[in-house]
Amino acid sequence: MIKWLVDKARTKSPWLLHYDCSSCNGCDIEILACLTPVYDIERFGIINVGNPMHADILLVTGTVNRRNRKVLLNLFDQMPDPKVVVAIGACALSGGIFRETYNVIGGVDKVIAVDVYVPGCPAKPEAIIDGVVLGLQKFRRKQAKEKSDAARDYLRQR
Amino acid sequence: MIDTAFLILIALAGGALAGGLFSGLDRILTARMQSRIGPPLWQPFYDVIKLWSKEKTVVNVWQAFCAYCYVAATSIALVLFFLRSDLLLILFVQAVGAVFLVVGALSSTSPFSQVGAHRELLQMLSYEPLLILVTIGIFLETGSFKIDRIYSWHQPLLMKLPFLFVVLGYALTIKLRKSPFDLSTSHHAHQELVKGLLTDYSGPYLALTEIGHWYEVVLLLGLCSLFWATSWMGMILIVLLTYFVEVLVDNVSARMNWRWMLGYVWAMGLTLSIVNLIWLSVG
Repeated sequence: MIKWLVDKARTKSPWLLHYDCSSCNGCDIEILACLTPVYDIERFGIINVGNPMHADILLVTGTVNRRNRKVLLNLFDQMPDPKVVVAIGACALSGGIFRETYNVIGGVDKVIAVDVYVPGCPAKPEAIIDGVVLGLQKFRRKQAKEKSDAARDYLRQR
Repeated sequence: MIDTAFLILIALAGGALAGGLFSGLDRILTARMQSRIGPPLWQPFYDVIKLWSKEKTVVNVWQAFCAYCYVAATSIALVLFFLRSDLLLILFVQAVGAVFLVVGALSSTSPFSQVGAHRELLQMLSYEPLLILVTIGIFLETGSFKIDRIYSWHQPLLMKLPFLFVVLGYALTIKLRKSPFDLSTSHHAHQELVKGLLTDYSGPYLALTEIGHWYEVVLLLGLCSLFWATSWMGMILIVLLTYFVEVLVDNVSARMNWRWMLGYVWAMGLTLSIVNLIWLSVG
């Protein structure tokens, strides 16, 4: 009964945090388009929060470089478990056209554990919505105790 | 004895239920005013249950302690209200709760949390004197601070204390964290404040502050109901109307700064209170 209630509450109330790791803003514009009052995402209980400590789903766009890696890790670590990371756009997936640049580390999954990959350059709003819905299903199944160790492993390697 | 226990239970369970439903109603009304559909009525409960199921992370022990104290104080204030106790006692217990929320925010070093806490203190500075003045007005009219006596007063207090009801409206707007007074924490201010006062509360502790907020809202709406206590219909109507006006004001006004709030609320609130109090003692 309690398990059912918690599962339902989780799918009904995902709070989003959007972080732009040096993206060209193409994907960001598409994300913000999905969040406008026109689509009224509050219908589904989604709130765009500015605070990682309140967030459940992290939307990341853009390539990770040596500068913003720490910021991304910090945001990820500040989010309480369970949490889901959705990487959006070609750059966030693999580094995109910036992959070979001297300061670029690569995709988001080089730094933190990514749950959903949304391809596209820029990603289409429909694809972003699909990605978040898939992320929600994963969010529902995740347990609070399950730690996302990838980030800490990465930190240890460093 | 059994009756008292029953009342306490009703205050705790019913208070949380009513507070959550009021909050859900607020979100739907706000969405409709902005030509949106809005979340389901039960949305605040989904939010709180989800927050409750998240990992416990605290900045320091004091923060968790303060979150618990906040809920304890606000629930005690509401229970006292349901037991028809002393109005002054209720307001002081409620103020203690509000202070604990601020202390919890101040215990973290985050600048957003600090700014939010300082603004919340300024908000308390604005509305606490007004609440006391409203209580004094009620005392001058009914001759008692006891809610028991106020509820059995022979005519609606609104007839004699119309300006003080407006003053209570100011306090309610600040307490509900509605525009133009949503300075300390707001869902819409994350560009400049992140989440202000509540920035460093997370997971279950954020859920606790939310539940405490529901109790406070129900308590203040209960204070509004004192102004038309002669019939059930009147009480329900005055509470619903006040709440609707609050949501309307929230949607038609912008967020102002604390200087304006302090000046405006004190000037308007004190003037209206004094006019009403003079009227009471002369008439």
